[in-house]
Amino acid sequence: MSANLQALLPAVAGGLLIGLASALMLLGAGRIAGVSGIFYSTLAGPRAAPRVWFLIGLLASGTLAALSGHFPAASLIVEPHWPKLLLAGLLVGAGTQLGRGCTSGHGLCGIANGSGRSTLATLTFMAVAALVVGFGWGGLW
Amino acid sequence: MNALALLAGLIFGGGLLLSGMTDPGNVLAFLDFTGAWDPRLALVMGSAIVVAAPAFWWARRRGQTLAGTPLRLPARWPPDPRLLSGAALFGLGWGLSGLCPGPALVGAAGGSLAIAVFVLAMAAGMSLTAALIRHMDRQKASQTLSGRGLPGQCPSTLAQPESIP
Repeated sequence: MSANLQALLPAVAGGLLIGLASALMLLGAGRIAGVSGIFYSTLAGPRAAPRVWFLIGLLASGTLAALSGHFPAASLIVEPHWPKLLLAGLLVGAGTQLGRGCTSGHGLCGIANGSGRSTLATLTFMAVAALVVGFGWGGLW
Repeated sequence: MNALALLAGLIFGGGLLLSGMTDPGNVLAFLDFTGAWDPRLALVMGSAIVVAAPAFWWARRRGQTLAGTPLRLPARWPPDPRLLSGAALFGLGWGLSGLCPGPALVGAAGGSLAIAVFVLAMAAGMSLTAALIRHMDRQKASQTLSGRGLPGQCPSTLAQPESIP
């Protein structure tokens, strides 16, 4: 049991950090830390400086982790099923654009903001994703 | 303000890395309710919400940021078909891959070629959808205009009911 708890500790600590980051973005910049919206507005505009800086920080975290040897090897997908990867990427892009948010914007910030829209969106994408995995279609390898 | 946003991005990515959520296998293990269910994604979201919820409550009460600038928060209600169909499409892609935008960007920046390609496909999906939405909104707007029979739009249909004795 204690081994189990120890395995869960990084998840809780990581979650607290993610919550802290969202609080900083809100109280500092007045904005939702929603990654899909931040990414798309940086690509297509209108570009708001805090959102661009958030994106730079997010990308830097991955690069810094890789440079310091702390990037988890399991996160690097090698030899993926390319057509499936492209299809999944297109669907994630289309869905987050149409539904105006992803796991961070709806699942974290929206629920934390007491948003009924975000709560329903989160229930929807979790249920659909769980069905996909339940059918055995989950995984890019 | 920009320094805070940069710091927020760094901490956000650090949290994703520490929690194991940049690994699609861990995400899929959470979504696999029929197999050996992995509760970690729920713990990550739960503990993040525990920290973020009081911040949102306080920010809404203040009505502004710490620096006194306005909040830009999306509407909380009502849901609409576009929100739910978008969420369903996103769920399809998320279930197929175990990747959502945050972890995908961190993974691409961490040097995964495959995830970088995923991010490109995601950007294409966003752009195509945005173009489609703009197109449909324009069509709807022109339909609404002609339907109402604004002056100069369609005078004959407007006049018809009145001309019948």
